[in-house]
Amino acid sequence: MSRKLVGRVHSIQTMGTLDGPGVRFVVFMQGCNLRCKCCHNPDTWDIEGGTEYSAKQLVAKATRYREYFGAEGGVTATGGEPLLQAEFVAEFFGLCHEAGLHTCLDTSGSILSENVKLLLAETDRVLLDIKYTEDSLYHDNVGCPLAAPMEFLKYLNEQSIQTTLRQVIIPGINDGKENVLRIKAIADDCACVDKIELLPFRKLCQTKYDAMGLTFPFAHLPEPGREAMKSLQALIFEYQ
Amino acid sequence: MMHENWNGFNGGIWQDEINVRDFIQKNYTEYKGDDSFLSGATERTKGVMKKLESLFALERQYGGVLDIDTATVSSLTSYSPGYIDKENEIIVGMQTNRPLKRGVNPFGGMRMARQACEAYGYKLSDKIEEEFRYRTTHNDGVFRAYTDEMRKARKCHVITGLPDAYGRGRIIGDYRRVALYGVDKLIEEKKKDKKELANDHFDGANIQLDEELYKQIEFLGYVKEMAAMYGFDISQPAKDAREAIQWTYFAYLGAIKEQNGAAMSLGRVSTFFDIYIERDLKNGILTEEGAQELMDDFVMKLRMARHLRTPEYNELFGGDPMWITEAVGGVGEDGRSLVTKSSFRVLNTLYTLGSSPEPNLTILWSKALPEPFKKFCAKVSCDTDSIQYENDDLMRPIYGDDYAIACCVSAMKVGKQMQFFGARCNLAKLLLIAINGGYDTTSNMHIGPRMEPLRGDKLDFDAVMERFDIYIAWLSHLYVNTMNIIHYMHDKYAYEKTQMALHDTEVERFMAFGIAGLSVVADSLSAIKYARVKPVTDENGFVTGFETVGDFPKYGNDDDRVDLIAKDMAHKVICELRKTKTYRDAIHTLSVLTITSNVMYGKNTAATPDGRGAGEPFAPGANPMHNREENGALASLNSVAKISYDDCRDGVSNTFSITPEALGRTENERISNLVNILDGYFAKKAHHINVNVMNRETLLKAYENPEAYPNLTIRVSGYAVNFNKLSREQQREVISRTFHEAI
Repeated sequence: MSRKLVGRVHSIQTMGTLDGPGVRFVVFMQGCNLRCKCCHNPDTWDIEGGTEYSAKQLVAKATRYREYFGAEGGVTATGGEPLLQAEFVAEFFGLCHEAGLHTCLDTSGSILSENVKLLLAETDRVLLDIKYTEDSLYHDNVGCPLAAPMEFLKYLNEQSIQTTLRQVIIPGINDGKENVLRIKAIADDCACVDKIELLPFRKLCQTKYDAMGLTFPFAHLPEPGREAMKSLQALIFEYQ
Repeated sequence: MMHENWNGFNGGIWQDEINVRDFIQKNYTEYKGDDSFLSGATERTKGVMKKLESLFALERQYGGVLDIDTATVSSLTSYSPGYIDKENEIIVGMQTNRPLKRGVNPFGGMRMARQACEAYGYKLSDKIEEEFRYRTTHNDGVFRAYTDEMRKARKCHVITGLPDAYGRGRIIGDYRRVALYGVDKLIEEKKKDKKELANDHFDGANIQLDEELYKQIEFLGYVKEMAAMYGFDISQPAKDAREAIQWTYFAYLGAIKEQNGAAMSLGRVSTFFDIYIERDLKNGILTEEGAQELMDDFVMKLRMARHLRTPEYNELFGGDPMWITEAVGGVGEDGRSLVTKSSFRVLNTLYTLGSSPEPNLTILWSKALPEPFKKFCAKVSCDTDSIQYENDDLMRPIYGDDYAIACCVSAMKVGKQMQFFGARCNLAKLLLIAINGGYDTTSNMHIGPRMEPLRGDKLDFDAVMERFDIYIAWLSHLYVNTMNIIHYMHDKYAYEKTQMALHDTEVERFMAFGIAGLSVVADSLSAIKYARVKPVTDENGFVTGFETVGDFPKYGNDDDRVDLIAKDMAHKVICELRKTKTYRDAIHTLSVLTITSNVMYGKNTAATPDGRGAGEPFAPGANPMHNREENGALASLNSVAKISYDDCRDGVSNTFSITPEALGRTENERISNLVNILDGYFAKKAHHINVNVMNRETLLKAYENPEAYPNLTIRVSGYAVNFNKLSREQQREVISRTFHEAI
């Protein structure tokens, strides 16, 4: 690389077990282009915030944990929206590959630029957050059309990049069976999807909103119960 | 030689000399499969366990002590046999004549024995008082020799927990020898050694050894006599699995009847037992169910082991642990793992009998352990929070493949090495004493070299370090000398006759020193170096607090700037200790282990430059201070892994608590992630880890409503405790610890 790229990183979780397979070094990238009403990381929105890292510094940090990764684990970039810093993350992932580390990208799939395509070329698995299966819900609660992640998924499928579909289940919004069956139908259509994760909506982030003086738009909604989640999970058992 | 009870075993040098390791290596059957072969508890086991559980409940109701025999001095043959359920017990033997009844053992010190009786509403009998009026106890001896400075160091708590008023423990007899050879052969060998010694020059050391051999032989005789009282002749080798376990247990029982040492660890018996079990299974005289029953009954006996301690002692250690540590797994020098089906069976007792702090099951972890065994261990951790892990790949090159763990983290070759236990010094307090030029503001006394306190607007790092070095040198010399007195007197007045009889006559000795408050010191020095620390003085000009402005690197974040301060500190202390010669040429070792006394150490230590307030608890062992970790669990593990085992051969303890949610979404994910974390941590050359997989909410509920959680077990620092046996203060401290959570 001729230019010196600098990435803005919100924080690092050295032991991630929930964002991608195995034990992972998770980098939360700073900045987001969306304003999802269910967002649990409002502190990652501001594109100007975070700590600056070079890709080299970041990979040097990640390799300190390689002994813990086993056969499955590796590195995950999440956020925020890592696609906003696609060029940087591509360089980071490229260096990870040189170091023999598995790479995983957790994204909303709302941008598909040339830089994003370069990033995907260095990505071993994508965790694609299909937030809703209806365009109206995307319109009201996300700030981009459903078509964006669908186009992204189409590209992933063309490139045969292993994909996990994820969705946060929010009672009263998308906790119906039909919605989950629609996710399954999407997965059935794409050979690249081998896993679906339904994640229960959580409100622990309320304190973050309070600290930032912001209103948590979904504060009034309940968290889903264990049983309700179980019955939805049952619908997609072959993707677990 | 050959014995008929050895039929079916492969021969080897073990037949010609006392060599249990060789017997194991020539005869064990490695097991690489999973846990599906295991049996559950039989009706018999359930019945006996039910009786035992009601006794445990009764003991709790009685405030922790069910009964005390105040008229008998505990020894191998001083009680008639006791049983829980004579008809249904497979392995027998009690410390006294009734289950959970405690004996009195005043050899360590009368005061401790007297106070312990009184605390539970008993009175030590006049008979014992009279008997010991004319006897010198270990405690008497030590205090005759202690210097003024030693007394002061003890009084101001800069060195604490010393075994000067109770049995030192931390010695593991090779209890397996009784099963493999029978007592007669062991006596014969010891007599041979004694005879040989007669050819040598009789200097003080040899005269001492000669007398010790006399005592060892005498007590081997008592072990035999004790077994005979239960109807067993253990003069010859055990002929089957039941006898092998029973003989081994008798040897251990003899040791705990004779000694009330702080930690009375078991060693490494499960794979040894497996050889007998395999032979019996092959001969068709035992079933899998029967094998599990034997293990269950043996473990029930271990869970009943009790010593009489004072409430203060119990408060310090969270109940009355005996650290009956059993080392499980590990790899042999030839590359085969030492995992057998009985490694699984002993862990399975946490299911057949329920979770429990004792015995202290310790996995000797190696990258090369069979994958299914690793997974079973991880599952047991997730389900029971009752086991700990130590790095076999780190210890095997030093101790070979037949070592065990005494107490929490102290490795030693079974039957070949022993240690002189030495508790720990409070390094954080020493830093404050150094800053104050030899004055302790908590106890208001001068101690150590006298200098001007370091005052001014900002503490200078180099000046503090220069000062600290002087005080480390001073304390190290004092610490070694203090230990020399303690162990000289312990050998003289409370020598471990049964346990040492189950060692080689030529034994290698360690002298185990310890430090508490390492993370407090590392963060404090980091604050002085990277932030601005202003000492706050009282009216007498002594520093009683600090104003710390600015950020500084904190231990627990995989940041070398501070982690290396911690590493260097351990190195410095052991180097200083080595400068003073030890009693009996013991090898100096060092541990970073606090057990649960981190709360007590904190209580006795004024405010420190890292922002820790006066009286606030330290982190346990080598743990980073609570809630200072910012980069997640692996960064914290990496920080601890930097403390070098070469400097800390007596162990580096780390306690790790994580919520199930943070470990993975499904049980399978949690198990495989935990396996990877352990593989990674030990690949980093870390020494030890306690694993708790639990939610803080569970602990809060148990704190509010103890009756609902009678068996809640948690790992603390090198051992496990029943949560309800911790003091309220310790419970709060455990709750406040870092729980690695999902974000």
